[in-house]
Amino acid sequence: MYRYNDFDEAFVRTRVAQFSQQVARRIDGSLTEDEFRPLRLMNGLYLQLHAYMLRVAIPYGTLDSRKMRQLAMIAERWDKGYGHFTTRQNIQFNWPKLQDVPEILSALADVEMHAIQTSGNCVRNVTADHFAGAAADEIEDPRPVAELLRQWSTDHPEFQFLPRKFKIAITGSPNDRAVTKAHDIGLRMVRNEAGEPGFEVIVGGGLGRTPMIGHVVREFLPKADLLPYVEAILSIYNELGRRDNKFKARIKILVHETGRDEIARLVEERFEETRAEFAGTDQALLAEIERAFAPPAFRVAPTDAFDAFYKADPVFRAWADTNLAPHRAEGYAIVTISLKAHGATPGDATAEQMRLIADLAETHGHDEIRISHEQNVILPHVHKSDLPAIHAALSRAGLATANVGLISDIIACPGMDYCALATARSIPVAQEIATRFEDLKLEHEIGPLKLKISGCINACGHHHVGHIGILGLDRAGVENYQITLGGDHTETAAIGEKTGPGFAYDEIVPAIERIVRAYLEVRSEPAETFLETLRRVGHGPFKAALYDAEGTKDAA
Amino acid sequence: MSRPFIPKVVTANALLEGDVVYLTADDRWTRHHHEAELIEDEAHGQLRLIFATAQKGVVVGAYLADARPGANGPEPIHFREVFRTRGPSNYRHGKQEVAAR
Ligand code: HEM
Ligand code: SF4
Repeated sequence: MYRYNDFDEAFVRTRVAQFSQQVARRIDGSLTEDEFRPLRLMNGLYLQLHAYMLRVAIPYGTLDSRKMRQLAMIAERWDKGYGHFTTRQNIQFNWPKLQDVPEILSALADVEMHAIQTSGNCVRNVTADHFAGAAADEIEDPRPVAELLRQWSTDHPEFQFLPRKFKIAITGSPNDRAVTKAHDIGLRMVRNEAGEPGFEVIVGGGLGRTPMIGHVVREFLPKADLLPYVEAILSIYNELGRRDNKFKARIKILVHETGRDEIARLVEERFEETRAEFAGTDQALLAEIERAFAPPAFRVAPTDAFDAFYKADPVFRAWADTNLAPHRAEGYAIVTISLKAHGATPGDATAEQMRLIADLAETHGHDEIRISHEQNVILPHVHKSDLPAIHAALSRAGLATANVGLISDIIACPGMDYCALATARSIPVAQEIATRFEDLKLEHEIGPLKLKISGCINACGHHHVGHIGILGLDRAGVENYQITLGGDHTETAAIGEKTGPGFAYDEIVPAIERIVRAYLEVRSEPAETFLETLRRVGHGPFKAALYDAEGTKDAA
Repeated sequence: MSRPFIPKVVTANALLEGDVVYLTADDRWTRHHHEAELIEDEAHGQLRLIFATAQKGVVVGAYLADARPGANGPEPIHFREVFRTRGPSNYRHGKQEVAAR
């Protein structure tokens, strides 16, 4: 794992000291809220519906046990004993008190973490494939490049006041688990004809009010050119982005209005200049960072214990079938720990759960942890012979829900239970859907299905790219939920289509059930997934299930 | 024709804790919606908002929210304001926690 050097350390400590002063001056009245607000946001501190909220970056979703334990300590000491993992690989603490925040930031700095650039019109936390460094389909670990981008973008003097926030996602696999097509810049590692690794560069994707799938501006960018190329994109955006209108300020609008070809031309032109300015220091730095990400010494050991358990124990088998993914090393697996127990708040983990995960990572996982954009936690490197022990420990802590990729593995933003911008709640809707399908005992029958919920048009819950998306709205003072179908967050990304009028709070769960029952009826065979069926038969049967007179009766 | 004025309360968040608070008729900040001053006159509402906004060392983000008279004092109208009176749905945190003590 990357360790801070003296510069990083001093930088983060100075920031904490500055912010302590700013908080003190806000409390004693020498700073007004108007003066203080931008300063607190620069340090990840928001004011939400019922309390302050501190957003802490987890760069490219990577943690170790030391960091996880510190997050647990913070949750216990200064919050209410839990934290919320988000779709942007951040953790949010929902209840800090203003005067405690400097101490929290200082505790984070002790473990090389911070909340810098988790708000504002700058380059936000660079996100990455949560299976980075472990996935069987990976070309290269994308995290060294993500770390390079983090260092380059942190306090970059030119890019602190962009027209709007800027999000970069990166994957080292051709299979996209980082939603690269819905980011301002998405980087997907591919090989050229000579077999050399490089990046497909995607620009202008995004969700929110105007959802768009990004355009490929470069099919193959050699790895060594990445930083000057990204800098060229940022610099064109900084110059031409629409500062006159907040709703049109994202780079997706610039790409849309200017056209992909013209943007690509401008970027290439600027790239010629930026490349000349990068004298190779970035490559020297990258080489240094790469050493810090050297893979752990994988064990060679028999997997008989795993095979025996798998055969004998149906509960273990169900969990292994849904929550494990193929690892690049012989005898290893990637474990996804579901933070979606039926009826729980998606993405929340208690301090005890965080500590247990830290212990498991330390004893059985080469001390590596990842946070996924799907709001789950991952132990990327686990030898299969350790899986029975891990499963037993997770079961005791309520963390062994076998539902990864299924209908109850829901992404949900905080919605109006926490968020000041929300137009409706998302958390209770997610909780009720998960509980309903648990009661029906249908979710394994349904198979892979991505359900995503946002509490407003900002789309923090990624509803546009959910196979089933739910958007909470305010219709004349009551909560109303709009459904989209057919979204896809992978390399075949697509924005979902609205089905029609929305549903009231007490109608939304039955409506989702009708969609799912329609799928079970029209799928050609059990192996045909929801998305495949939808693509084959179109929206007709689902709209009928939702809106036809007969279908409108509560399916319960 | 001008629409009838919907009564209001002044609400904000407490500076130190972030808690939702309401302005009372005797110029205090309370955590309880029913203790708020129910403002039935538009011009008076503006004055109260100016008063609240000036309390920069105590609260942040003061605004006027629709309310109606109830048996126990003012009640919120919009569901957002209802949620603000009680805290999140998923845990008994915030006001619910305090009320349960
Ligand atoms: C609670 C405080 C939050 C605030 C104030 C907030 C604000 C916003 C806003 C204003 C946008 C729209 C940006 C635009 O289109 O220009 C947005 C988008 C987004 N936010 Fe949040 N958000 C919050 C929480 C979260 C959380 C908890 C998550 C993850 C669960 C998240 C992840 C995202 C994502 C993924 C998008 C859409 C991607 C895109 O902009 O293209 N945000 N947020
Ligand atoms: S989608 Fe809306 S409600 Fe949900 S976290 Fe984002 S801003 Fe808040």
